[in-house]
Amino acid sequence: MNSITEKLKSFIDNGIDALDDEMLSELGAPETKQAPLKPEKPQRQAFHIAAKSRLGRCLHLCSGVLLCAALISLMLLTVSRLPAFGHPDTLSHNEVSEFYVENGVKDTGAVNIVTSIILNYRGFDTLGESHVLFIAVCAVMILLRNSPTDRSTLLSAYANGDDKDEPHDDLILFAGGRIAVPLILMFGLYIILNGNISPGGGFSGGAVIGAGLILYLSIYGYPASSRFMNITTFRAVSASALMSYCAFKTYHFICGYNGLESVFTRGVPGSIFSGGMLLYLNIFVGAVVAMTMYALFTLFRKGDF
Amino acid sequence: MLWRNIPIVLIVLPLFISSLTAVLKPAAARTLMLGVNALCVILSALLLYKTVSLGTAFAVKMGEVGAPFGNELYISSAEALTCLAFDLIELLSLTAAFRRADEEIHTNRRGLFFTVCSLLLAALNALTLTNDLFTGYVFIEITTIAAGALIFVRSREGALFASMRYMIMNLLGSGLFLLGLAVLYALTGQLLFPQMQEAVTLLEATGEYGVPLTASLLLLTLGLAIKSALYPFHTWLPNAYSLATPAASSLLSSLVSKAYIFLYIKLVLRGIGLKAYMSSGAGDVVFVYAAFAIVLGSVDAIREHNIRRMISYSSVAQIGYIFLAAAIGTVNGICACVFQMLAHSAAKAMLFPAADRLSEVSGGNENFRDLRGSGYRAPLAGAAFTVGAFSITGIPLLGGFSAKLFITEAAVYAGGLKLYAVLAALAASTVLNVVYFLRTVVTVYRKSAVFSDKADKTAHPLSAAALCVFILLNLMLGAGAGGIMNIIRNGIGFWTLGV
Repeated sequence: MNSITEKLKSFIDNGIDALDDEMLSELGAPETKQAPLKPEKPQRQAFHIAAKSRLGRCLHLCSGVLLCAALISLMLLTVSRLPAFGHPDTLSHNEVSEFYVENGVKDTGAVNIVTSIILNYRGFDTLGESHVLFIAVCAVMILLRNSPTDRSTLLSAYANGDDKDEPHDDLILFAGGRIAVPLILMFGLYIILNGNISPGGGFSGGAVIGAGLILYLSIYGYPASSRFMNITTFRAVSASALMSYCAFKTYHFICGYNGLESVFTRGVPGSIFSGGMLLYLNIFVGAVVAMTMYALFTLFRKGDF
Repeated sequence: MLWRNIPIVLIVLPLFISSLTAVLKPAAARTLMLGVNALCVILSALLLYKTVSLGTAFAVKMGEVGAPFGNELYISSAEALTCLAFDLIELLSLTAAFRRADEEIHTNRRGLFFTVCSLLLAALNALTLTNDLFTGYVFIEITTIAAGALIFVRSREGALFASMRYMIMNLLGSGLFLLGLAVLYALTGQLLFPQMQEAVTLLEATGEYGVPLTASLLLLTLGLAIKSALYPFHTWLPNAYSLATPAASSLLSSLVSKAYIFLYIKLVLRGIGLKAYMSSGAGDVVFVYAAFAIVLGSVDAIREHNIRRMISYSSVAQIGYIFLAAAIGTVNGICACVFQMLAHSAAKAMLFPAADRLSEVSGGNENFRDLRGSGYRAPLAGAAFTVGAFSITGIPLLGGFSAKLFITEAAVYAGGLKLYAVLAALAASTVLNVVYFLRTVVTVYRKSAVFSDKADKTAHPLSAAALCVFILLNLMLGAGAGGIMNIIRNGIGFWTLGV
């Protein structure tokens, strides 16, 4: 077991106190001589603060509570003075939302206005948002995947009895999974593909598919799921989906800004192949979201794929 | 007209290669990332040349429909200059610590390190160029996670704790920013800066919703102040900067915090309007914090003996200068703020690799007393450290001096109580800067009893070249300060005119 997982384990066992003292000694902070304290109640650890003296702790705690109270009252005051939601006389009821409702279908060919907003009008934000998911997985991989192990070593470790986290032959679970998993995956695909004509789209559909894959892993265990979901699949699907997404959106930005005609036609609003590139964008977003969910789950489960 | 597409490329190209670097081998990922970074430098230089020579500013709509319905970018010479500086400094920071990154980052993580760097590049460009507050938030998220990953990418345990502290503080900052953004959107119904300013002006004139408006401005300011480590919220900074690998320290201290500040001044000047912002009182809060930051950051730096922690604390003081200039509340002050931002980025990004090289030739010691004679053993790093320290202290002919001059000038024009506060803070901090930086420079050039004074020639040629360019950049910021300030003034002049 590597050092970081050990650290995390000790963090989970001993709480933030152990972590902080260790950090201080690591940084070479002078060790303050402490009188042997009375054994503290475990709840106190939640309020651990850097100040060592009793007065310092008390001041720290009081100022923290006061600050929170001030922020809470400020936010409550703000909320009570906000314009009423949906009131026609406020500034937030303006030409922007009217424009989306009136021109959404005409401009983009997508009946679902939400999709036309997030993938067309504000598609740049969504492009950034997909990369937020990607960098989150990258960060977790940097953090947890210290020593990549290939599949055969992991499998042989399981064969040697290191499989206490894996599900064991549970007939009811297996039979239930056989029905549930394909249904969930199909439903996810349905949501993605119908993103431009009904509520849903890449983000929600991808989340459903990701949940289906996680369910499969939880029911059938690592040896079964790693046959098709491993680091190679993750890299191939994530990278190709993100790169195609980026390329499609770049084409859209350049065409839109320079007033060029896009090759993607709007089609007949309401049919699957309508809304120009929105269908493809939904598929890419869905792939990225599903891969991200599965990757985060499996990284936190085993520290590897 | 083709050049007008450059802003799109500056953001989309690094995003595109980020996913490619994740599947490539580390060496190939590095070549690709540095190549694209160099290309971005060239493209942004071209953009700067075009905007300056044509004297223009323009909006780029991201799609068929522009403001106020779709996303937009906005480019004036100030944005182009900042973009050029960010891209150039990222390239130099990564090359200056070329071999160091190899030593300190485990092979399994090295490819992903460059993925993170290219996403950071895209996010920095987007934060600089955006004309839309929500796009700003999306790329703040990318920057936040990228910076966290840059801290813990080094296989050193302290770095993990430092990044945890960083993450807790920074997510708090993001959360406050998002709250402020939501309240502002509920009030104005706009996300693009020019339209938002119109709506805020209208609200200001009618006097409606005064409380939520002030609260949202406070929340937005507080969020960005926490994220760029303004004084009372700086506690995450020293560990994060000093325990990360030197390339990451340079990126964090010189670029990440600056990108937030650039978004802040864009929000203040373009999204809300300077008058409305200053009358809400948020500017005065920032002014007081910044004045404390300048003095107390320097005091902390003096008490520190570890050279990298010393440089980190000096960042706290310098961030104070930047916010102080912005909070003077005049357009002149904002221009001085941008200049100080560039001067500090150029100096600080050079100091981290230089200090690292100096301690490398001193047997890995980071206490400044142990660095005796290292200026002879690593002549180039010694020179770079000296130039950087002089620039930040404010010795004439270097960027830091001109920046302090511009800040003082802006304060003199503004007059009043703020003039005295700025002068007092500048005077006190210059003396304190001299104490901690000059004592280090003098130590670096004193004969050592332990090591010989022979020059150590093991530096990587690329790192040496990067340090040379860094020194030139600092000299250029000092010598060409007038011209650079004109570019900034012209660009920011367009901000106040509207599109």
